[in-house]
Amino acid sequence: MAAIETFYDVIRRQGVTRRSFTKFCSLTAASLGLGQSAAVQMAQALETKPRIPVIWMHGLECTCCSESFIRSAHPLAKDVVLSMISLDYDDTIMAAAGHQAEAILEETKEKYKGKYILAVEGNPPLNEGGMFCIDGGKPFVEKLKWMAEDAMAIIAWGACASWGCVQAAKPNPTQATPIDKVIKDKPIIKVPGCPPIAEVMTGVVTFVTTFGRLPELDRQGRPKMFYSQRIHDKCYRRPHFDAGQFVEEWDDEAARKGHCLYKMGCKGPTTYNACSTVRWNGGVSFPIQSGHGCIGCSEEDFWDKGSFYDRLTKINHFGIEHNADEVGLAAAAVVGGAVAVHAGVTAVKRITTKHEG
Amino acid sequence: MTEATQIHGVLDSHGEKAAELQSVYVYEAPVRIWHWVNAAAIVVLATTGYFIASPLPSTPGEASSQFLMGYIRFAHFSAGYVLAVALLMRIYWAFVGNEHAKQIFYLPVWDRKWLSGVLYEAGWYAFLVKQPKKYIGHNPLGHLVMHLFMLNLAFLVVTGFALYSEGAGRDSWQYKLFGWVFAIWPNSQDVHTWHHLAMWGVILFVIIHIYTAVREDIVSRQSLISSMISGERVFRDEADK
Ligand code: HEM
Ligand code: HEM
Ligand code: SF4
Repeated sequence: MAAIETFYDVIRRQGVTRRSFTKFCSLTAASLGLGQSAAVQMAQALETKPRIPVIWMHGLECTCCSESFIRSAHPLAKDVVLSMISLDYDDTIMAAAGHQAEAILEETKEKYKGKYILAVEGNPPLNEGGMFCIDGGKPFVEKLKWMAEDAMAIIAWGACASWGCVQAAKPNPTQATPIDKVIKDKPIIKVPGCPPIAEVMTGVVTFVTTFGRLPELDRQGRPKMFYSQRIHDKCYRRPHFDAGQFVEEWDDEAARKGHCLYKMGCKGPTTYNACSTVRWNGGVSFPIQSGHGCIGCSEEDFWDKGSFYDRLTKINHFGIEHNADEVGLAAAAVVGGAVAVHAGVTAVKRITTKHEG
Repeated sequence: MTEATQIHGVLDSHGEKAAELQSVYVYEAPVRIWHWVNAAAIVVLATTGYFIASPLPSTPGEASSQFLMGYIRFAHFSAGYVLAVALLMRIYWAFVGNEHAKQIFYLPVWDRKWLSGVLYEAGWYAFLVKQPKKYIGHNPLGHLVMHLFMLNLAFLVVTGFALYSEGAGRDSWQYKLFGWVFAIWPNSQDVHTWHHLAMWGVILFVIIHIYTAVREDIVSRQSLISSMISGERVFRDEADK
């Protein structure tokens, strides 16, 4: 295990040219919203500072975060960042296995106490003492707490680690719990999405490993550089929204023309993510560009907010689902009816007991 | 609040007593102005809010030549600002105005007389008692409902500005002041849903409110609607009755 190597040493050893290295720095600085001076700063940091090790663990999850990550469009991000991580620990994609792999954890904990990043994909289920997710013969929640103890910071990958995601959806039988509800004493960066965008993931890792500090986080613990605007704020269909031009049903003329998907339940107006700017698969497309509304996969409990085709949450009572307007109209009808009856009774009373005073 | 004390009839220009009616100045001008500005803003807000949630049929032609949704949202936000500023003024007036200006901002739940007044008025609306009592300010039941309405209104303003901050941006003053709403509901979809439901709360209040205002004006022996215009509460029964 390379102890005092810099990031630069590692990639040079892997045959990456200096030229591609500077290119990587500029590209990453740009995607983080930083200027050219930051690219230089980044290059310097990567060349001189000892590499910050990253441990990547998996709880209850589907590995879509890893799948997304390894498809990062920056050719280097994939090779470099990923190999940098797998050098240390990622049980799904690293070469070592079994006791050999677990030994790396012990070693990192000791050698880099308070200096390594713990990246967690998925979350721990707490029910039955954590029995629903066993990793290396132990409940995952124990492994998580144990590795978190000596970490510098934790990256919570994806909707699972950030919010709970599908395994935490009602009624959540395994009591799957997001990382920040289990680990309370470490800084946690949430990178939600199901999965998060590859460039967002590599961007966050690069930022932390190069600058040795966390990016600025918002109230929800998400990096501001990627999560401070909604899909709706940067959606290329927004002019159709403002004009009032909507897809009214799938496959209508407006759908073919690429009008706004608001009436089809698009959750772009309530979803914070970078899809409409960074896009997916190397900037090829993103859901709305492909004709389907946003389902809000980077938002809290998005599985429990009703249909993917309703913009608002249904109100669940007596086993029947209604939307806010149905509930409101029903109440208004009841009250309106009561008022009418009341007015009728008042009128009758007034006529029958006319003016004695 | 307090039951009507007897006030003597006003003298007319000849120094003679005009009709033996009691009248008392209840709602000061800022309260009355607020009432009607607020009502107008709410009509605009509920209409535009409804069309924000369920937009009108699509407009034809090029997107660049249309701005329907934009105008509807603009009207909503403008009326929202008017409502919020008027509300701030009304709150200020609760501090400096007369006792009736304070009434809807608190509930005298410690006052047994007030509590029994609520029941009495409920009995009046249920046709169980013959005559309502006379009050200078709001009757206790009205007082209760008004207070609930004010809470509902405050909720709409807070969630409204929180939603507004999403467009205005994370560095906006709206987010600095109202961003905490997203600590309660991290998913803004919930804030939309609650903001929307609260609109129906207001609509229920308005239905009941206008009905009772008109009804009491006709049935009870005191002025209501004209009180909210002139500020004077006129009791239609003569003084010593
Ligand atoms: C959106 C519509 C409306 C809203 C939200 C509303 C709200 C209110 C509120 C909060 C008060 C208490 C005022 C205070 O003590 O400061 C009030 C009083 C009053 N409002 Fe309205 N109002 C609305 C429309 C109307 C209309 C259309 C009428 C006339 C038919 C009306 C008649 C009155 C009367 C007569 C009072 C005084 C009640 C009393 O003396 O106890 N309001 N209203
Ligand atoms: C009586 C008061 C109000 C009523 C009845 C009302 C009603 C509504 C309704 C029904 C919606 C649609 C919600 C949805 O389905 O997504 C809405 C959205 C909204 N309202 Fe209000 N509102 C009120 C006050 C305010 C105020 C004071 C503000 C602050 C400026 C405000 C700002 C907003 C914003 C920003 C939206 C979201 C617009 C969008 O997503 O395009 N509202 N309102
Ligand atoms: S498609 Fe969705 S995100 Fe895009 S403008 Fe319409 S509602 Fe907003």
